[in-house]
Amino acid sequence: MRRLPIIAVAGLALAMAGCDNMANQPKRLPFQLPYGAEANWPALPPAGIVANDEPFGPPPPPPVTIALLARGQQRYDIYCSPCHNRVGDGNGMIVQRGFPRPPSYFSANLIKASNQHYYDVITHGHGVMYPYAVRVAPPDRWAIITYIRALQASENARLAEVPPAQRSLLQ
Amino acid sequence: MAIFGPRANLWMNTALVSVVVLFLGALLSIWVVPVMGYNTQERYAPEQPVPFSHRHHVTGLGLDCRYCHMTVETGQYAGMPPTETCMTCHSQIWTHAGVLEPVRQSFAENISLRWNWVYRLPDYVYFDHSIHIAKGVGCTECHVSIGDEALTRKTTTLYMSWCLDCHRNPAPHLRPLDQVFNPSWKRTANTPSGTALMTAYHIHPETLSDCGVCHR
Ligand code: HEC
Ligand code: HEC
Ligand code: HEC
Ligand code: HEC
Ligand code: HEC
Ligand code: HEC
Repeated sequence: MRRLPIIAVAGLALAMAGCDNMANQPKRLPFQLPYGAEANWPALPPAGIVANDEPFGPPPPPPVTIALLARGQQRYDIYCSPCHNRVGDGNGMIVQRGFPRPPSYFSANLIKASNQHYYDVITHGHGVMYPYAVRVAPPDRWAIITYIRALQASENARLAEVPPAQRSLLQ
Repeated sequence: MAIFGPRANLWMNTALVSVVVLFLGALLSIWVVPVMGYNTQERYAPEQPVPFSHRHHVTGLGLDCRYCHMTVETGQYAGMPPTETCMTCHSQIWTHAGVLEPVRQSFAENISLRWNWVYRLPDYVYFDHSIHIAKGVGCTECHVSIGDEALTRKTTTLYMSWCLDCHRNPAPHLRPLDQVFNPSWKRTANTPSGTALMTAYHIHPETLSDCGVCHR
C-alpha cells in the first residue's frame, strides 16, 4: 500500500481545483463600460438609433385628474422649481445665484401660449434653458403642464372662490 | 546533563505568555479589526474627477436627489447624472471655474465623466433602490450624512449585519413617503409611529432576512 499517499495527494489536488474565490463573481452594471471598451467610447448612442421600447411620437395629453395634478406638482418641484421657483414667478434659488432669470408664468405671453408650446420647451429647451427630455418622461411633461396651468389659474383667484373649509388657511 | 537547564523557567514563562498574547491577537483580528474604520473604509472619500459637493448642491441650493439621480425611484440603481445635467446650470454659472474644467471638456467631447464608486456591494449581493424608496426608507438611513458632505464619503460598513439590523426591525427607520428625499429629516411628535408606517406599507420583517432576498 505504498501508493495510497500518492492517490490521496492526487485526489486532494483534484478536489482543490474546484475551489474558487466565490467573492469574485463579476457582473455588469448598467453604467459600466462594456468589456474591452476604450475609456472614450461614445457617451451617447450614434445618431438615428431608436430605443426598442421608444413610443412613436409624443403621447396625447391625458385627461386632467387630481392624481395627474399631484404628480405634476411633485415633478415641477423637482425639475423646474430651482429656476422658475415654486410659485412660478421665475425667481428660484439658482436664479438668485446668478442664472439668467426666466420669464414669469404669469406674463401675458405665457398665459396665452399653447400647451404644445410648453411641451416643446420641456422637450427641446428654449434659449439658455436646456432640454429636459432625458429627465422628464413624456407623460410627466403633460402632468407638469397641467400643474403650471393650475398655478396660472390660482394667480388671480379670489378668496370667495376658495371652499369655506380652507379659507382660514389663507387668512 | 540535567533535564532542565538553568533557563527552563524562562522558556516556560515565555511560552505561556505568548499563548495568551496569540489568543488575544486572534480575538482582536476576528472581532475588532473587521469593524475598524480602516478596514470598512468608513469616512473614506475616494478621489473624484470633480470635487462635487452634496452640501453645496443639496443643502445649500435645495436640489432634490432626483434632479440628478433620476432612476432611484424606478430602478435598481440610482444612476449618475449625465454631464448635460451639470451643464443645465454650469453653462451659465461658474463658467470659468477651474474645478469645472473636466465637466466642460466632457460636454464638449461627448465623453462621460467617470466617477469613482463610494458605496459598492460585492457582485453576489442583490440590492434594489426602488423598493426601499417605495416603502419609506429615506436616503439618509443608508447614506447617512450625504446632505452635509463636501466630498462624498462612505458612512456605513455595508456589511451583511448592517442590512440585517434593519431588515429584522425596520420600524424605527421608516418615514412618511414625502420625506424620503429630505436629507435633514427628523422624527417629530406628529410623525406617525414606525409600527403604524410598517402596517401602512405592508412590510413583513419575518421574511426579510431570508437568504434569497439578497443572494439570488
Ligand atoms: C436651470 C434653470 C431652469 C430650469 C431648471 C428650468 N427652466 Fe424653464 N427657463 C429657464 C430660462 C433661463 C428661461 C428663459 C430662456 C430664454 O429666454 O433664453 C426659461 C424659459 C422657460 C419657458 C418660456 C419659454 C418662452 O416661450 O419664453 C417655459 C415654458 C419653461 N421655461 C418651462 C420650464 C419647465 C416646464 C421646466 C421644468 C421641467 C423648466 N422650465 C426648468 C430656466 C430654467
Ligand atoms: C447636482 C446633482 C446631484 C444632486 C442634486 C444629488 N447628487 Fe448625489 N451625486 C452626484 C454626483 C455627480 C455624484 C458622484 C460624485 C461623488 O461621489 O461625489 C454623486 C454621488 C452620490 C452618492 C455616492 C455614489 C457612489 O457610491 O459612488 C450617493 C450615495 C449620493 N450621491 C446620494 C445623493 C442623495 C441622497 C441626494 C439627495 C439628498 C443626492 N445624491 C443629490 C450628483 C448629485
Ligand atoms: C441646478 C443647478 C446646478 C446643477 C444641476 C449643478 N450645479 Fe454645481 N453649482 C451650482 C451653483 C449655483 C454653484 C455655486 C454655489 C454658490 O454660489 O453657492 C455650484 C458650484 C459648483 C462647484 C464649485 C463650488 C463648490 O463649492 O464645490 C462645483 C465643483 C460644481 N458645482 C460641480 C457640479 C457638478 C459636477 C454638477 C453635475 C453633477 C453640478 N455642479 C450640477 C448649481 C448647479
Ligand atoms: C437601504 C439602504 C439605501 C437607501 C435607502 C438608499 N441607498 Fe443608495 N445605495 C445603497 C447601497 C447598498 C448602494 C451600493 C449599491 C451597489 O453597489 O450595487 C447604494 C448606491 C447608491 C448610488 C451609487 C450607485 C447607483 O446605484 O447608481 C447612488 C447614486 C445612490 N445610492 C443614491 C441614493 C439616493 C439618491 C437615495 C434616496 C432616494 C438612496 N441612494 C437610498 C443603499 C441605499
Ligand atoms: C434602513 C433599513 C434597511 C436597510 C439598511 C436595508 N434594507 Fe433592504 N429593505 C428594507 C425595507 C423596509 C424593505 C421593504 C420590504 C417589503 O417589501 O415589505 C426592504 C427590501 C429589500 C429587498 C427586496 C425584498 C423583496 O421582497 O423583494 C432587497 C433585495 C433588499 N431590501 C436588500 C437589501 C440589502 C442588500 C441591504 C444592505 C446592503 C439592505 N436591503 C439594507 C429596509 C432596509
Ligand atoms: C439583507 C440582505 C442579506 C440577507 C437577507 C442575507 N445576506 Fe448574506 N450578505 C449580504 C451582504 C450585503 C453581504 C456582503 C458583505 C460584505 O461585503 O462583506 C453578504 C455576504 C454573505 C456571505 C459572504 C461573506 C464573506 O465574508 O465573503 C455569505 C456566505 C452570506 N452572505 C450568506 C448568507 C446566508 C446563509 C444568508 C441567509 C441566512 C444570508 N447571507 C442572508 C446581505 C444579505
